[in-house]
Amino acid sequence: MTNVLLVRDLKVEFRVAEGTIKAVDGVSFRVPDGKTVALVGESGSGKSVISQAIMSILPKPAHITSGEILFFDPEKPGVFYDIAKLKPDSKEMRNIRGGRISIIFQEPMTSLSPLHTIGDQISEALHLHHKKTKQEGAQITVDMLRLVGFPEPEQAFHTYPFELSGGLRQRAMIAMAIICRPALLIADEPTTALDVTIQAQILDLMQNLQKQLGMSILLITHDLGVVASMADEIIVMYHGKVMEQGTLEDIFRSPEHPYLKALMRAIPRFNMKPGERLTPIREIKRDADSKFLEQANPRPILSGDEKPILKVTNLTKRFTTRKSSLFGAKPAGEVLAVDNVSFFIRPGECLGLVGESGCGKTTLSKLILRALTATEGEVVYNDRGRDIDVLALTGDSLFDYRNKVQFIFQDPFSSLNPRMTVYDIISEPLIIHNVGTAAEREETVRELMTLVGLDFRFLRRYPHSFSGGQRQRIGIARALALKPDLLICDEPVSALDVSIQAQILNLLKDLQAELGLTYLFISHNLAVVDYIADRIAVMCKGRLVETAPKEVLFANPVHPYTKRLLAAVPEPDPNHRLNFANLVEEKASNPELWPAPFTADLHTNPIMMDIGGGHYVRVHENTDVTELKL
Amino acid sequence: MFTYFVHRVLVMIPTLLVISILTFVIIQLPPGDYLSNHLEELKSQGESASAMAKIEFYREQYALDKSPLEQYARWMGFWPGPDGFSGLIQGNWGQSFAYDLPVKEVIGDRLGLSFLINFSTILFIYIVAFPIGVYSATRQYSIGDYGFTLIGYLGLATPNFLLAMVLLYYANVYFGISIGGLMDDKYINQPWSFEKAMSVFDHMIVPVIVIGTSGTASMIRRLRANLLDELQKQYVTTAKAKGVPRLKALIKYPIRMSLNPFIADIGNLLPDVISGSVIVSMVLSLPTVGPLLLEALRNQDQYMAGSLLMFLALLTVVGMFISDVLLAVLDPRIRLTGGATK
Repeated sequence: MTNVLLVRDLKVEFRVAEGTIKAVDGVSFRVPDGKTVALVGESGSGKSVISQAIMSILPKPAHITSGEILFFDPEKPGVFYDIAKLKPDSKEMRNIRGGRISIIFQEPMTSLSPLHTIGDQISEALHLHHKKTKQEGAQITVDMLRLVGFPEPEQAFHTYPFELSGGLRQRAMIAMAIICRPALLIADEPTTALDVTIQAQILDLMQNLQKQLGMSILLITHDLGVVASMADEIIVMYHGKVMEQGTLEDIFRSPEHPYLKALMRAIPRFNMKPGERLTPIREIKRDADSKFLEQANPRPILSGDEKPILKVTNLTKRFTTRKSSLFGAKPAGEVLAVDNVSFFIRPGECLGLVGESGCGKTTLSKLILRALTATEGEVVYNDRGRDIDVLALTGDSLFDYRNKVQFIFQDPFSSLNPRMTVYDIISEPLIIHNVGTAAEREETVRELMTLVGLDFRFLRRYPHSFSGGQRQRIGIARALALKPDLLICDEPVSALDVSIQAQILNLLKDLQAELGLTYLFISHNLAVVDYIADRIAVMCKGRLVETAPKEVLFANPVHPYTKRLLAAVPEPDPNHRLNFANLVEEKASNPELWPAPFTADLHTNPIMMDIGGGHYVRVHENTDVTELKL
Repeated sequence: MFTYFVHRVLVMIPTLLVISILTFVIIQLPPGDYLSNHLEELKSQGESASAMAKIEFYREQYALDKSPLEQYARWMGFWPGPDGFSGLIQGNWGQSFAYDLPVKEVIGDRLGLSFLINFSTILFIYIVAFPIGVYSATRQYSIGDYGFTLIGYLGLATPNFLLAMVLLYYANVYFGISIGGLMDDKYINQPWSFEKAMSVFDHMIVPVIVIGTSGTASMIRRLRANLLDELQKQYVTTAKAKGVPRLKALIKYPIRMSLNPFIADIGNLLPDVISGSVIVSMVLSLPTVGPLLLEALRNQDQYMAGSLLMFLALLTVVGMFISDVLLAVLDPRIRLTGGATK
């Protein structure tokens, strides 16, 4: 078998003010012709630096100190280039870059220029490497847009990136990368920023294109599920070194290296035994007898039929879009963000809320927090036996309600004020709610820090000196400061690395048990929700479509949307490769195209029907329950 | 796009109206007015019947003995005076009491020359700031970057009038350009000719540099900061990864992005340049409107001051309009997503 790329003993150093950092330290691997090689590792393991070295687009402080990157162009047999020796601005390198080797980046939102149409940006790559007239270029670009699955390629040519969804932007990015029919495509975390369903579509597209164009793919990812579905060969990296490499089968059947084994144990899987814990690569050391636990006053959790802690009935939120004309703005249309949603959460349980981005999950959580005002509906919060009508709260009573329900944000980077110290951040809720004296507050903040496993000597530092996982723990400590009973976690781990993800999930689980907390856990990652939640609610286009205890939902999903969502999750197991044939395009997330009795359109409005065992599905009235269970 | 254009034009009308009201109120704020002061002066010198009659005539003409509302309406031309509708919107700028001439005649050429100087200054700022800003950003922390930064800070810190005198001295010593004014004395009140234009051009160099330095310095800093931000962005790497040559990638993507604040500044720059030029104009004795405005405000020569202020306001509003339209042309996000709220 011939190789397209051969990397031998590559070393890349970053020379920065603090000294020299060995980002890549003696890495050797190959990419065979027409195959997919996956480069796996945590962030900071040097995998992206390798991709930059291959493209010769390393940032300024980075230098290749030794080793070679040999590129064998299949179109010119016998000729090879050593990219490590070529000058980044040389003509040969510019021909290779974008022409013979191209790259897709992680962030489809920022990797396209917002000021140029996608047609312009895609055809630019073509014109740089091939002599074509403007018309030919436009025609090829439109063909390419059709190939990557744009519904209306002619119109799409003239659209700007900000007019497209994340999935379509990533498709445009792929079109740009493959328009010159490269020999090697580097995909740097191509689906990390996308939903599972979109991820499955993009992966499917990449595989199809690989077959059609006969190119090789170097797939860089930290998601072992994606790897199991895509790769032929795997390279596992840690701290700039290769830990293990081999074929897909070898690696997954018999992982040799302790790092790889640890990585596999840190990822939530569907087939985990009840009560099984994830083992993070680096465990957080927590002070188990933090004084905070003693004074925490956890909500007593009674077994049996206690009233739900939160009951949401027919909650609806409409946003009006405005269109401005000569004579001021006027309402132009309505977007139904949350449509007649009803559910409840029992005290002490964790309800997982699952759905694609844009389905209204976050809007729903903000309605419960009263950060947004609901259009219709009712939210009743049960404050240890006293019912509170949340939507009617005003003034002082609303202020008190904020004590009881707190929020953990998705992005640990933007949710902490960079100009406040950790102490200020965690004590701010206490100051706002006027809890205790200054000395007592300081005591509480110290205990909160130890509770989430951070050293209280860090209190004078600013957020930028912490890693993503540590920042998320600061966010958790802040949310816990007021001793709430209900915590709403909005994708708390989706911005974190796999190894960190396990830490945070375990921390949340422990805190729930110790402090008697109730969680509403929002996520698009079903495996994560499976790990932490007791019951799961599936949301699509502002509606709940199915709620059930998690065992029931995973064993017997009824709604077509739930089924599709489950099918789209890549499992870290080569025997359960994603079955791309099952993934019907957009259809499953369009309520009008759901088959009867699930169809929801202008004429029919299905209701949530109890099909037994706490399992609710949105179907037409008068549907036979026994039929559904089949 | 067309609706946006029309919308922006229509918005200018109420804006200017509000400015005119504010201007009028502020001019009226100090106690007394030019005519009363003048009257007192005349009385103390012994009356002159013709002067008294003239004052009476102006009182009648501009409704100075009536309510401020009526005065305003007459000044603007919303209300008919003895000559029918005759105010700013009809093109009558009123009378300068201090010069005892119509405002239009006092200002005369100065308006055009002011416009010329200010326009040249802005052009100068852009032409100088743009390449230096781009250079500083792409060669961050190089000797050139530090050098320009130092010069920029000096430009910001040096008082304009001082710089003006220094430059004037050297311009006179080395190039023989006469001190002060916008043209050699021999061309004053002469018809326009090629030599006169050249003389004006020679004399403009010093004031343009002097008025423009601080604007240039801050513009360089702003462009450098913007471009540095943009250079970090992912789409720049994307362009590089496509194989776009460096210079082309720089011009097509990050520079285009960092133009936004550059253009948005047109409107802000105008009043800055104009107010900054008043003192310089005094020092260099330039025949611009700046010194006239200062004098008019001191004398409470209300129609003179009002007309000049309205002229400056008009320049600013038009500048803003131009920058808004240019921004919409340049940035599809403004063009296509404008007006939608969430």
